[in-house]
Amino acid sequence: MKKIGKQTFLISSDVVIKDTFSIVGPKEGEGPLGNYFDMIIDDSSWGEKSWEKSEQKLQKKAVENLIKNNKIEPQEIDLILSGDLLNQIVSSSYAARDLSIPFIGIYGACSTMALTMGLASLLIDGGFASNIICVTSSHFCTAERQYRAPLEMGGQRPLSSQWTVTGSGAVLLSNHGNGPKIKNVTFGKIIDLGVSDVNNMGAAMAPAAADTIKQNLIDTMNLVEYNEIVTGDLGSIGKKISDEILQKEKINIDQRHKDCGMLIYDIEKQDVHAGGSGCGCSAVVFSSYYYKLLKEKKLRNLLFAATGALHSPTICQQGETIPGISHAVGISS
Amino acid sequence: MKYNEKKYDKVVKKHTPKNNCFVNSIYAFIFGGTICTIGEIIKNLFMNAGISSEEAGTIVLIILIGTSALLTGLGVYDKIGKVGGAGTIVPITGFANSVVAPALEFKTEGFVLGTAAKLFTIAGPVLVFGYCSSMIVGLLSLIIGG
Amino acid sequence: MNYIMSFIIGGLICVVGQILIDKTKLNNAHILVSFVVSGVILSYLGIYEKVVEIGYSGATIPLVGFGNTLAKGAVEEAAKSGLIGALTGGIKKTSAGVGAAILFGYIVAMVFKPKMK
Repeated sequence: MKKIGKQTFLISSDVVIKDTFSIVGPKEGEGPLGNYFDMIIDDSSWGEKSWEKSEQKLQKKAVENLIKNNKIEPQEIDLILSGDLLNQIVSSSYAARDLSIPFIGIYGACSTMALTMGLASLLIDGGFASNIICVTSSHFCTAERQYRAPLEMGGQRPLSSQWTVTGSGAVLLSNHGNGPKIKNVTFGKIIDLGVSDVNNMGAAMAPAAADTIKQNLIDTMNLVEYNEIVTGDLGSIGKKISDEILQKEKINIDQRHKDCGMLIYDIEKQDVHAGGSGCGCSAVVFSSYYYKLLKEKKLRNLLFAATGALHSPTICQQGETIPGISHAVGISS
Repeated sequence: MKYNEKKYDKVVKKHTPKNNCFVNSIYAFIFGGTICTIGEIIKNLFMNAGISSEEAGTIVLIILIGTSALLTGLGVYDKIGKVGGAGTIVPITGFANSVVAPALEFKTEGFVLGTAAKLFTIAGPVLVFGYCSSMIVGLLSLIIGG
Repeated sequence: MNYIMSFIIGGLICVVGQILIDKTKLNNAHILVSFVVSGVILSYLGIYEKVVEIGYSGATIPLVGFGNTLAKGAVEEAAKSGLIGALTGGIKKTSAGVGAAILFGYIVAMVFKPKMK
């Protein structure tokens, strides 16, 4: 049995993060992690006719560059697992349209990066695949018009709102080679504590993040001591709440808990209110900053817990609350 | 999980920063007041030129709507709105902004079902409620007198 | 004097909107709808006419003023031509503003592109 504890799968064979590639928009490029990204585009539309097309291009270029940099043939990639925020995850399917690699589209909202990496690890560990690419993307302009208001609409964004990251991060997982290894995977439960404010995503996702982190820590207690725990896009509000929830459970991660949404922007200067969000947020921060730390062995053990809010504008207009989810991947350098 | 919805709501409230309503209101006052004063100045210019008060009022509305539409297209109105808040939403210029912004945004979906249909995302409800309530008031005035 | 009163009354109406935005969960669309409807009601009750008397453009340019014009049109036309007037009056009187918004809105949307924030 490869399952340990209540919810965690132990990866016993090698699942190596061979390489990563990250592309971000101009605002993200100006942020504190600017130097870590592989590519920064200077115009969010990237010469495309619609925002949707430019998001597809982000994802496609991330995969193409990842393949090119590693000098492998597309035929050697067994699967591509990808996802994004748009209806019917169109950015992913259209990005994969020209790649001719077997494709599985996955929806986990902003938790998708950890979800795809977790699934890919199981597939490789099970011997079904040797090379898998995991990729996700988000784009401020596509997310804004699907979830919120038109770009040119006047008005004030609430202080609890977050800024959707424009960018795409791709990760190449393999059953051989050198690099950081995925050691365990915890898929989270959906947790909904009745938050209905679509402008406060951090609060909607914080309980799910706390639950998954707690479960992973309990399940892997004797196996690993994480040096850092990084959540996907809780933002400043969600991070505080999740820390408080865990504190109540006598788990203190305050000191080693970081959040991708807070790392990617300069929260004070870049006017992003509570921080970054979106599938691309955790994807680009992991595939740039954290991958580098792990590869250079500056960070030994990392728990990467991406978080997602699984609602839609339609269902929230009907008065429903926002279900949160979080999936965690334990990685060792 | 040791939380129920009620208890969690308290935790969320504790950590969620509140908008500074007082400061926002001051900005709303200044921006809203300024837009109205500009309107009054234009109106007086036309009235001095010999146009009746009612017609001048209509011309002012058309000018303000046109200006706001243009500023929205240039990507300026939302920047003013970020500071002015309700001061830029409540005047007729805010109505014009809410007509142009979605139309502009959904241009990529075509001129009929994109631009034209989305023109009424917010203006639609305003007109439905406005027209219907005016008709009710008109009928009421017939029945019981205005 | 007209200018000062326009500024004060216009500003105050906007402050009401700001308080509604900050203290409740209403969004732009809700605010605009409720302001128009309250304009219609206040006009029918004869209250808004007095606000216009002191506030000039400060009372007519906010969307409450649009509601006021709607109601005034409906009542006036109803007095003139009965049932048909009650239905057409408001729309007739506000048609210039609505027409301008649609025309300018469509033209601007054709010419410009939304910008990345």
